[in-house]
Amino acid sequence: MLTFIITAVAVFALYLLLTAGSAIPGSTVFLWSREEILAGIILSIVAGLIGRNVLFREKNYRMLNPKRWFLFIVYLVGPFFFAMAKANFDVAYRVLTGKINPGIVKISPKLSTDLGITLLADSITLTPGTLSVDVNEETNDLYVHWINVKKPVKIENVCGSFPEWARRIAE
Amino acid sequence: MPFSEIFLVVGSLLVIFMILSLIRAVLGPTIPDRVVALDTINTLVVASMVALGAGYKEVIYIDVAIVYAILSFIATLYIAKYLEGGI
Amino acid sequence: MIELILRYILYIFLGIGLFFNCLGSIGLLRFPDVYTRLHAATKCTTFGSIFIALAVIIYGLGCWYRGESAYATLALHTIAALAALLITNPTGAHAIARAAHRSGIMPKQAVMDELKEDKIE
Repeated sequence: MLTFIITAVAVFALYLLLTAGSAIPGSTVFLWSREEILAGIILSIVAGLIGRNVLFREKNYRMLNPKRWFLFIVYLVGPFFFAMAKANFDVAYRVLTGKINPGIVKISPKLSTDLGITLLADSITLTPGTLSVDVNEETNDLYVHWINVKKPVKIENVCGSFPEWARRIAE
Repeated sequence: MPFSEIFLVVGSLLVIFMILSLIRAVLGPTIPDRVVALDTINTLVVASMVALGAGYKEVIYIDVAIVYAILSFIATLYIAKYLEGGI
Repeated sequence: MIELILRYILYIFLGIGLFFNCLGSIGLLRFPDVYTRLHAATKCTTFGSIFIALAVIIYGLGCWYRGESAYATLALHTIAALAALLITNPTGAHAIARAAHRSGIMPKQAVMDELKEDKIE
């Protein structure tokens, strides 16, 4: 029941975001027309019924904490965006000169949840010189394609402080 | 020149980059190469749709871009699953 | 004055976006195998598209501030498109890389491949 309510509210918020500014003179609730709101309520109830087992498969409600979302936004505009800009200049250098030294390395970030490992893998893909290729689902080890391998392989060289951030946001 | 026309220029330049990626899709020696080129073209289509939406002052272009991004992602996932031998 | 500054910021953002999108396409043509091509394609086109979307958001908010209210929805919808792009792009790249490795395409000029070693064991 709780998962149904959360899913329906999230879908309804997305619907309101996408139909903002549809107000017609004569039948209006703040920014939306009355018909849009009615259609949104019906559609979000249907979507909540269908998708109630998707968002909270593990019956774990820790992502409802607003502090985690705040940390996520800080992470996106701060260290993540900086690393992404650096990654692009790195790729620009390698495109123009053609100097590569690639290899696939294995790192164990010691994260336990699916969401944490997803966040880390996506961050790794967009940051300097690395691309996540595969994951071992039992031990949560990531296999990372690294465009400029430096031996010995250390986790700090591959993904910096991202496992710390992923742990703080998602676990 | 009115300012919104700069977005039309951006959209046309993005089409040229799409053609560059299309060369890789035609040449690509293996199937994953072609899929990568397709994925790149999809991203560029989304970017150019956003730019054209600002250029023509039509919000509907951006709505289409959102749906296009999600559907092309699903298509990429299906091709990847097929290459792994899952289907 | 503010309008002039905004206009130059828009030019800079669009320039960065176009430059990195172009770089992504050239990298796709220049690199030797599928994994390095994925590096160029994913990172550069995502970054370039982010900047083009940011330019559209700033343009929409600026026009809204000047009194054309239809542009506020343009900015809002572009934020939604940006979020969709940012989530789907790296995930798709990961799926292609995994499929390529499982279908037997090995990285060229590779100095090490721990995934292949682990698979053999």
